[in-house]
Amino acid sequence: MRHALPIFLVVVTAGLMVLSLAGPGRAVGTVGVASGSAVYGLTAKSDTPEHAIEHLLGEVKRRNWDNAFSAVSKTSGVDEPGFIQDWMGSNGSLRSFSGLEGFTTRPLHATNDDAQVRVRLHWTTPVGPIEESRDFNLVRDGDTWKTVWPKVEIANVPAQVIPVNYLRWDLVSGGAGDEWGAKNIDAPHVRIISMNAVELAEGVLVMGEVVNEDAIPAFVNVNATLVDAAGNALDDESSFDKIDHVLLPKQVTPYRIDFPNFNIKDVKNVRMDVKAALIPASADPVIGIMNQKVDSDAQGKSILRGDLFNQSGQPVNIPHVIASFYDNTGKVVWVADGYVDQALLPQSSQPFSLEIPRNVAARTQNFHVVVNHYDLDRN
Amino acid sequence: MRRPGLICTILALLGTGSAQDLQVPAAVVAGTQATIATTGSGKATFYLVGPGISRKSDVVLGAEISVSFEELRNAGHYVAVLCSSECRSASFFVRAAKPARLAFLVHPSRVAVAQADALSGVALPFDRYRNLVLAPVAINFQLSAGNTSLLSRPARTVDGVAWFRTTSGKAAGIVQATATLDDLSARRAIQQVASDPCNLRISGQRSPAGVLVQTEPVRDCTGNPVTDGTIVTFTATGAKGMTTVDAPVKQGVARAQIKSAGALMISAACGVVMGNEVSVGAQP
Repeated sequence: MRHALPIFLVVVTAGLMVLSLAGPGRAVGTVGVASGSAVYGLTAKSDTPEHAIEHLLGEVKRRNWDNAFSAVSKTSGVDEPGFIQDWMGSNGSLRSFSGLEGFTTRPLHATNDDAQVRVRLHWTTPVGPIEESRDFNLVRDGDTWKTVWPKVEIANVPAQVIPVNYLRWDLVSGGAGDEWGAKNIDAPHVRIISMNAVELAEGVLVMGEVVNEDAIPAFVNVNATLVDAAGNALDDESSFDKIDHVLLPKQVTPYRIDFPNFNIKDVKNVRMDVKAALIPASADPVIGIMNQKVDSDAQGKSILRGDLFNQSGQPVNIPHVIASFYDNTGKVVWVADGYVDQALLPQSSQPFSLEIPRNVAARTQNFHVVVNHYDLDRN
Repeated sequence: MRRPGLICTILALLGTGSAQDLQVPAAVVAGTQATIATTGSGKATFYLVGPGISRKSDVVLGAEISVSFEELRNAGHYVAVLCSSECRSASFFVRAAKPARLAFLVHPSRVAVAQADALSGVALPFDRYRNLVLAPVAINFQLSAGNTSLLSRPARTVDGVAWFRTTSGKAAGIVQATATLDDLSARRAIQQVASDPCNLRISGQRSPAGVLVQTEPVRDCTGNPVTDGTIVTFTATGAKGMTTVDAPVKQGVARAQIKSAGALMISAACGVVMGNEVSVGAQP
């Protein structure tokens, strides 16, 4: 009798733990939104569309590819290697260095036989956390639901020889024994052609554009210092990855420098400093930015969409898109950037999209997009 | 750091007696031998302190003290001190020998054409012991491109420095800058590059793959072709949205392939310079 209470407590605690781990609608307070299970060995039964997609994503997260692919409908036009490649990436793409950290699901609509679920995927990547929104279609298969996986479109480029004869700049530096002044090479001339400091929800943002006015490539970095009314420096930051660092002659790049947790009313002045250094570079690859258009997504957000087209003969492993948005006076009012998680193969395209904040979208009259790229063989 | 202290110490020892005296040479050229005459009799201690040298030796009063050329390699102010029962001192100046080398600094190493006062050069004559020659000397600055002389400007050094400043030339290419002093000369190369493009013009035509758009040869306002690798941004606007391609200039012309079957309005820009617009109709 004296052991009854401890035994009862243990049993109740264990039961609650099991319920909390196996039950639906976990963790996130938003009504209708479920989040991914992280507990190894426990997967939801696929008796509802939400459970089915959670089961699939849970297995993907654990990289149990056989289990994950078993949750894919046979009617899908994809085989297991294609399915795995869709999640794992290839050709040194950003996806191949990323991991699925979590997800949230939101049912869009459901009937007895099919359903659609919107999933927000949370990725950990070398360039920071990335969120991706995907809509999944599911169909009933007996008493379970399975995900219809869209056919993975893999660029099929015919075998060909693509001559590359663009310029390449190499750098030969002088030795210590050189005569004084005999081998000095000046740093490239770069210039900030616009700067705009604004306050948004993120804090104070300094943004604008830089041009390489020189005839040689430049490695560029822009720094900004916020100065208060007394002339004291409040903070200094650099453009980090919100800039195309390598500028070829006459090339223009947007930049954005973030000062989180600062108010513009505390800032009297902004000191700008652009640093440029000589760098070996190549004019290859040429990447076209096709079909750029601002439209709205299903949630009403303004999105800049387009396609990157690799005109060269080498894969671009990690494309990085940076866009500046102008108001009707030509002032830069926003700079956004985003990484494309799939590699850009030769003579093929990849879509990209950048979200524009609502208050910026209303003022945007024009935009300019540039593509930065990270290549395993060349960086 | 030790030398001024040593000089002060020695000068503090100086007395006013006249048992011995020393006579230093009026003018000494760096790297030459010199003698210092002494008066009196008996033994004394001789000190010599100068740039890069401090010497102490026992001497016989009344005899000449020989200072070797190695001890006088550095130009500057020297102090000679002679001490027996009391100390006497004298100072002399060693000036640089005749110029033996020319340091020539030119800025910048790379300049756009037709820029006012954009080129400058500084020449500093040094003797064989690397002493800056402070005596005024005549230096001739010359700029030339190939066999064409662009500038010839004589200048005299002031406190060891002569300089020039000039406008960059109108033709892109390598410019030789030469500073000449008698039979000495130093040469530097300056790369003159094309300035911003002028009158950027493009044309476009349909091809099976879309629209091939290209510039006319891109030149600056003085007619120099812009450097290969210069980026020209083509912007095409059509029903599907906007397409941009950053294409490098190759052999004077930038080309881009724009994949579109619809009608397009295409423009070009190079840096902050805008070009013309062309309209290309839809694919039939």
